[in-house]
Amino acid sequence: MPTGSAFFLAITFLMSLAALWVFIYALMKGQFLVSQKQAKVIFDPGELGQVEDPAHSRQKPETNPFEKSSVELDDYAKERRELDLSGRRSVLIFFSSSIFWLVLASVFGLLVSLKFHWPEFLSDNQYLTFGRLRPLHLTMVTYGWMSMAGMGACLWLIPRLTRKALVGEKYCFIGSIIWNVGVLLGSICLFFGISEGVEWLEYPWYVDLIIATAGGLAAIPAIKTVIARTESHIYVSLWYILGGFLWFPMLFVVANIPGVHFGVEHAIANWWFAHNVLGLWLTPLGLAIAYYLIPKVIGRPIFSYQLSLVGFWGLAFFYAQVGMHHLIGGPIPTWLANLSIVMSVGMVVPVVAVAINHHVTMVGHFKKLIYSPTLRFVVFGAMMYTLSSLQGCLHALRTFNTVSHFTHWTVSHAHLGAYGFTTMVLFAAIYFILPRVLEKEWPFPEMISLHFWGAFVGIIIYVISTGVGGWLQGLELTDPSSTFQNSVLVTIPYLVARSLGGTLMVGAHIIFLVHVVCMFLGSRKSGDGPAFLNRPDLKERAADHV
Amino acid sequence: MYSVRLLYIGALITFGVAFVALIVIPFMQLRPIPPESNLKPYTEQELRGRAEYISQGCVYCHTQQVRDPSIGADAAWGWGRPSVPGDYAYDYPHLLGTMRTGPDLSTIGVRQPNEQWHLLHLYNPRSVVSWSIMPSYPFLFEEKKEAEPGDIVLHLPKEFAPEGNIVVAKPSALDLVAYLLSLKRNFPVDDVKQSETSMEEQP
Repeated sequence: MPTGSAFFLAITFLMSLAALWVFIYALMKGQFLVSQKQAKVIFDPGELGQVEDPAHSRQKPETNPFEKSSVELDDYAKERRELDLSGRRSVLIFFSSSIFWLVLASVFGLLVSLKFHWPEFLSDNQYLTFGRLRPLHLTMVTYGWMSMAGMGACLWLIPRLTRKALVGEKYCFIGSIIWNVGVLLGSICLFFGISEGVEWLEYPWYVDLIIATAGGLAAIPAIKTVIARTESHIYVSLWYILGGFLWFPMLFVVANIPGVHFGVEHAIANWWFAHNVLGLWLTPLGLAIAYYLIPKVIGRPIFSYQLSLVGFWGLAFFYAQVGMHHLIGGPIPTWLANLSIVMSVGMVVPVVAVAINHHVTMVGHFKKLIYSPTLRFVVFGAMMYTLSSLQGCLHALRTFNTVSHFTHWTVSHAHLGAYGFTTMVLFAAIYFILPRVLEKEWPFPEMISLHFWGAFVGIIIYVISTGVGGWLQGLELTDPSSTFQNSVLVTIPYLVARSLGGTLMVGAHIIFLVHVVCMFLGSRKSGDGPAFLNRPDLKERAADHV
Repeated sequence: MYSVRLLYIGALITFGVAFVALIVIPFMQLRPIPPESNLKPYTEQELRGRAEYISQGCVYCHTQQVRDPSIGADAAWGWGRPSVPGDYAYDYPHLLGTMRTGPDLSTIGVRQPNEQWHLLHLYNPRSVVSWSIMPSYPFLFEEKKEAEPGDIVLHLPKEFAPEGNIVVAKPSALDLVAYLLSLKRNFPVDDVKQSETSMEEQP
C-alpha cells in the first residue's frame, strides 16, 4: 500500500470534495435556512418575555400547578408537563447517581490535591496512594458526574424541544442503571490498581464494554425521539446532543480497541480521544443546556440564531482535529502537531459565535442573575466556556506551549473548562429540571446560594492558583540555568492555595447533595413558592414581566 | 437544520476528516518505523516492573519523552537526547506522560544506575531527596526482625528507618526498580531516517 505524501494528499483532497458536495446538497435542501423565527421554537405562545425559573407560566396565580388534584393548566402547559415527565425515571436515576459520584469524586480530588504538598498524607495505604486516587478522580468526574448529569439533562431537553414524549424510554432507563454498574466496577478496578494505564481510558476493556452498551441504550431514545419529532425545526441544542451521542461512542470504541495501537501511535490515539471527549461529548452536553436555558429563563430568543450554525459546524470541523496539541514537542510528525495548532486557533471562530449568542442575549437581563439560581450557574458557565476555549486557542501556540506543557497550567485549564463551564452548566440544569420531574420545589434557596458561592469562589481560587503556579513551574522547566528542584518548589504555595479552593468546592457539593436529598424526601410543592433567590415577593407570583 | 439524516452525514464527515488526519495517516506513517537498534526488548522482570509502574500510576507525575533543547531545559539537565518513535517500539500501553511533577524518566537508568538508591527512594523519597513531594510506597516493602538469605535490605538513614525492624524489598519493588533501570534511552539514534516526514524532535 503506497504511503507517500502524494497518497495522503489525495485522500484528504477526495474527502474535502465529498464534504463540499454534501455541504452544497444540504444548502440546496434548505438546511441552513434558519432565522430568529426558529430561535423562538422553544417558547409556547405567550411565553416570550416571561421568566421561567422555576415558575410555571400560564397558570392562574392562585392555583398550585404541581398539585395533581387542582391542576388548572391550559393545553400548552398540560402538554409540556407530560413531555417533562416522559423521561422521568431515567432523568432521576442519571441525576441522583451523578450527584453521588460528584461528591465522591470531589473528595478524592481533594485528597489528591493535599498529597501534592503533604506527600506523607495517607501514603501508607496502597489503595489511597496518589497514583490510584488521581485516575479515580478523573474517571469518576468524567464518566460518573458529567456524563450522567449531561445525559439526564438531554433526556429531559429532547421531549421539550421535539414536542414528543420520549420514544423507547425503557432503553435509557436500563442504560442509566448499566452505566452506573460500569462506573462502579471501573472504580473498584482502579482502587486495586487494575488499570489500562492510559489517561482518560483507564477502565479495563470489560468495563468499557459495559459503558459502551449503556451509552448505546441511552442514545436510542434520544435519536428515535428526534426523528419522531412534531416540531419540524431541529433546535440548536439538539444538534449538539445528536452530535455528542454520535461522536462519543465512535471515539470511545476506536481509542479502546485492543491490539491495534502501538508505541507512539498509541499516544496519538490517546490524545485524540481525550481531547475530543471534552469537545465532542462534554462541550455539546454543556452547550445544548446553555443554548436552551439562557433564552428560556429570561424569555428572550437567542440573539443571532444563524450564528449557531457557525458555532456548531465550526466545532464539528475544527475541534475534532485539535487533539495533538497535547503532544507538541513530542515524538510525533511535525505536520501533525502543526495541524492541531492551526485547528486549535481556528476554534476561535465557533467559540466567538457561541459567545455572541450566549452573552449578547443576556444584555439587558443581567438583573435576573440576582434572583434566578439557574441563570447564575448557566451564565457563569457560559462565560467560562468562552474563557477556557480562548485560553486553549492561545496556549496551543508553540510560544506559549513551550512554557505551559507538562505543568499545572494544563490542570488549571482543564478545571476551568470541565468545572467552570461543564459542571456549572450541569448544576444549572439540575436546578431547573429536578423540580419539573419531581413536581416539587427546592426547599431551601439559601442552600442554593451557598452552593453557588462555594463553587464560584472555589473554582476561581483553583484556576488562578494552578495557573500561576503552573506558569512559574514552566518557566523553570525551560530555563537551563535553573534546576528541576526549583520547578517543584516554586509551585508549593500555589498547590496549597488549590487545596483551599478545592475544599470550598467539596463543601459546596456536600451542601448540594444534602439539598437534593431534602428535596426528594420533602413534600414542598410549588404552592409554597418557587425557589427564587433574594426575592420573597416573587414567591407568590406565577410569572414575571421584568 | 431540519433533517436528522443530513445532520448525521455532516457530523460523520467532519469526524471522518479528523479520524483520517489524526489516526489513519499517522498510523500508516509510524507503522513502518522499526525499533531503535540499540533498544533492548524488556525482560520478563522489567515487564512486571512496568505493570507495577502502571498500577501505581507513576505516569501521572512522570514523563518519558525528552524535548528538543530549543524547547526546554531537558538537555541542559542531562535528561538525554530528544525522543524518537523508535524508542517506544516495545511500549504498550504508551507511558509518555503529561505532567512533570517529577522528572522525566527516559534516561533514569543512566542518570541513577544504583538499585539501592531507587529502593530507598521508593520506600520514602525524602530519605534521599529532601525536597521531594513524591508519595512514599512503604507497601512495596516489608519490615522484618532480621534478614533472610536472598533478601535485599534497605540501608535507610536512621530518621527514616522503623524502630527495631529492618526493611526488605518485596518482589514488586525489585521488579519496578528493574524496569526503571532499563530506561536508558540516551543511545545514539539509528542513522536511518525515522520516517518520510520530519518529526517534532530531530535527535
